[in-house]
Amino acid sequence: MATVVEMRGITMSFGTNEVLKGIDLELEAGKVTAVLGANGAGKSTLIKVLSGVHSSYGGTVLIDGTAVQLDYPTTARSHGIDAVHQKIADGVVPGLSVAENFLFEDIVNNDISRVASMRTIMPRARQVAAVLDLDWADDVLRSDIYGLPIADQQLLLLARALVHEPRLLILDEPTSALSETEAHRLFEVIRRLRDDGVAILYVSHRLREIDAIADRLIVLRDGVIRSDHPHPFDWAEALHQMLGEAEAVDEDVREELHGTDDVLCLTGVKLLPESEPFDLTLRSGEVTGVFGLLGSGGSELARGMFGADRFEEGEMTLLGASFSPREPADAIASEVYMVPEDRVAGTIIKDWSIAHTVTFPFLKEVSRFSVMDGRAEQRLGRSVIDEFDVVAQSSHDPVISLSGGNQQKVVVGRWLRKQPTVMILNEPFQGVDVGARRDLVVKTREVAAAGSAVIVMSTDLGEIMQVADRVLVLADGNLQHDAYLSETTREEILKRLTEVE
Amino acid sequence: MSNKEPAVSSEVLAPRQSLDLRDLVVRYGFIAVTVLFFTFFYLTIPAFRLSTTMFSMLKFTSVVAIAGLGVTVTMVVGGLDLSVGATSGMAVTVAAMTMVIYAQQGSVAIIAVLVAGALIGAFNALLIVVFKIPDLLATLATMFLIQGLKLIPVQGQSVSSGLILRDGSVAPGKFTTGFLHINRGSLGPVPYPVVIFAVLTIATWFFLSRTKWGRIMYAIGSNPEAARLAGARVGRYKALAYMISGVFAAVAGLILASRIGQGDISAGNSLLLDAVAVALVGTSVLGANKPNALGTALGAILIGILLTGTTMMNFPYYWQDVVKGLVLLIALVFSFTLSRKKHRHVAAVPL
Repeated sequence: MATVVEMRGITMSFGTNEVLKGIDLELEAGKVTAVLGANGAGKSTLIKVLSGVHSSYGGTVLIDGTAVQLDYPTTARSHGIDAVHQKIADGVVPGLSVAENFLFEDIVNNDISRVASMRTIMPRARQVAAVLDLDWADDVLRSDIYGLPIADQQLLLLARALVHEPRLLILDEPTSALSETEAHRLFEVIRRLRDDGVAILYVSHRLREIDAIADRLIVLRDGVIRSDHPHPFDWAEALHQMLGEAEAVDEDVREELHGTDDVLCLTGVKLLPESEPFDLTLRSGEVTGVFGLLGSGGSELARGMFGADRFEEGEMTLLGASFSPREPADAIASEVYMVPEDRVAGTIIKDWSIAHTVTFPFLKEVSRFSVMDGRAEQRLGRSVIDEFDVVAQSSHDPVISLSGGNQQKVVVGRWLRKQPTVMILNEPFQGVDVGARRDLVVKTREVAAAGSAVIVMSTDLGEIMQVADRVLVLADGNLQHDAYLSETTREEILKRLTEVE
Repeated sequence: MSNKEPAVSSEVLAPRQSLDLRDLVVRYGFIAVTVLFFTFFYLTIPAFRLSTTMFSMLKFTSVVAIAGLGVTVTMVVGGLDLSVGATSGMAVTVAAMTMVIYAQQGSVAIIAVLVAGALIGAFNALLIVVFKIPDLLATLATMFLIQGLKLIPVQGQSVSSGLILRDGSVAPGKFTTGFLHINRGSLGPVPYPVVIFAVLTIATWFFLSRTKWGRIMYAIGSNPEAARLAGARVGRYKALAYMISGVFAAVAGLILASRIGQGDISAGNSLLLDAVAVALVGTSVLGANKPNALGTALGAILIGILLTGTTMMNFPYYWQDVVKGLVLLIALVFSFTLSRKKHRHVAAVPL
């Protein structure tokens, strides 16, 4: 088949951080090429280079054998490259009608007057819709896009991209907001486009989807293409390439902990709208690791146990008593603590010192009759700095001035020092250097050994194998595996991840 | 995802520089401006030097300052109370009705007004916390609502003694001497309104910067999600902030009612913008870059000095808004343009 787009030695850096380290890739007409990669592997950056968002990339992009410079999204589009980005909300404009959203590019380019009447807009909107055979009624086209089902919004964005008759269509996590039926509708469209000779670059974390739709699979890790698979895919190898070598774990120094007492019991918990309910019991005195790719339900599990969000369905008991936190404050009162996955958005108050950050959840400890005791605060701040080896000048340092690893030590340390009943750590090692990660692992295991029930969510199997005693595998919200590390293997875990029931 | 990291770390790793000129301007510029104007008026206007001038200036500032303190508390939790002016205005009418139409004592009027203020705060809290209406829009609606509602029982008339009631009789009561004493009386040389202003400033400062409640409120204003995940009950604290704001606006209204001595229906009309302005000005004082009680008080005093000085220099009245506008503008330049800190509290307020 004919090569539509060829990338030669594409590099891209942000400051000193080299995100793409020389990508060579040919994308062929009439083929769906899927890209798989962990967080930070460079997928988004690659898409943005191709769609003209990042103009300062290195290397060459050839289209039909001719080198082109993709400086702007419009340049990329004029060369036949169109992208539908992950967030549907970034593409549609609520407040405008469906018809106007179909013609949004024309409207911003002033090809259509803002005051154009519906009578002139409707036929042109119908033309765009016809690209995907979307035969929507007039009153649908006239209504505000806000009321349109998400899947239809996604189709609208796709139609808007297809109207340029792209040679290469990039789809970034196109099903993340869709239900299974809606996703199937989208797949039919993708297959038709492929048969019409469009080259498609498909980015997703959902292995089952990739298996169903892609003809070829590229695995990206640390800005490099690690492997290139033809269909049918060798999933074990692909996942192995995606997740990296098993890291040397200090097997000799760590002894597997097996918990004894049931602490938090989940009954019939359903994580995602279309996943199967499951039961789960967390035991004190062990670290439970939850492994799953992005969007597989780990965050929903963490937030549900902590009362930050509700489960779709299901109940919990804590130490035998019914437990249904309506707010994180309720969970904290029961000594169930959580460190959220997004450190900056979820834990850090700008300008706050280490001491302020450490004491915040437990202000009672450092106040008398609700009046803050500054000295007690600094003492507590210093104790976390000392205990967790935080690299900082003093407890007055702003948390934001610390490195990622030290920030994480502060926000994890403020909970761990309390010897929690249940400690939930969601992606605690993201953006954390190797040394800090080691320290955090040691502290986490100490707390578990001392009797806490600890649960760690991660999309990195290496991390799970380093910190956990017992490993759970989540895929699309379903619990696929539950075993102690000594009873299972890396291969088994990866197999369960891709298992289609 | 991958390009997020460097963006954060470059900001984080920016070397911390020693105090340079810009930092000095941001920290002390506002106080310097205040001292400069004060000295200028002190030297050029003989009457400005009298202590009575000082106290009357502070007395006249106290109403705006107290309402501004309430606004400050709502800004701390990331909101903004647009109903303070209307609440103060309503307080004037409630006080007049209690004393003139229902012939009650001044103390009853004070209690009625404070309760009304708290109820308005609770109503705002209901709209914002339970109905999830954005702060600005909810308090805007409340503003119109109470501006109109207060006119219904008095049929759109100002309430003063001798008012003819609907049934033809004459209103039985009048503003009591005790009530009027709020404005006229003084503690030593210090007029009561100035005493109230000082006490509330210190109380608000203490509450916001020295208690755990204040700490939690600042956290909510800065990052509500982080505050919630650390166990703060965000809704309750927001509700508390609006209740405080409502009560403070009512106190401002009490002083106002005592000053005018009648239930003027237009009272408090211009108060909202002044109160919001002093709270905004206050964010820039001492380079705090966050709403704070001392800043608000100082901002109110600076505006008071300027208005008194310019009036004494025979500037026409219409210069007053120009002066206020300039002060606000300079304060905003300190906060947004010159400061290295990210202005996080009021940045989202589309004023």
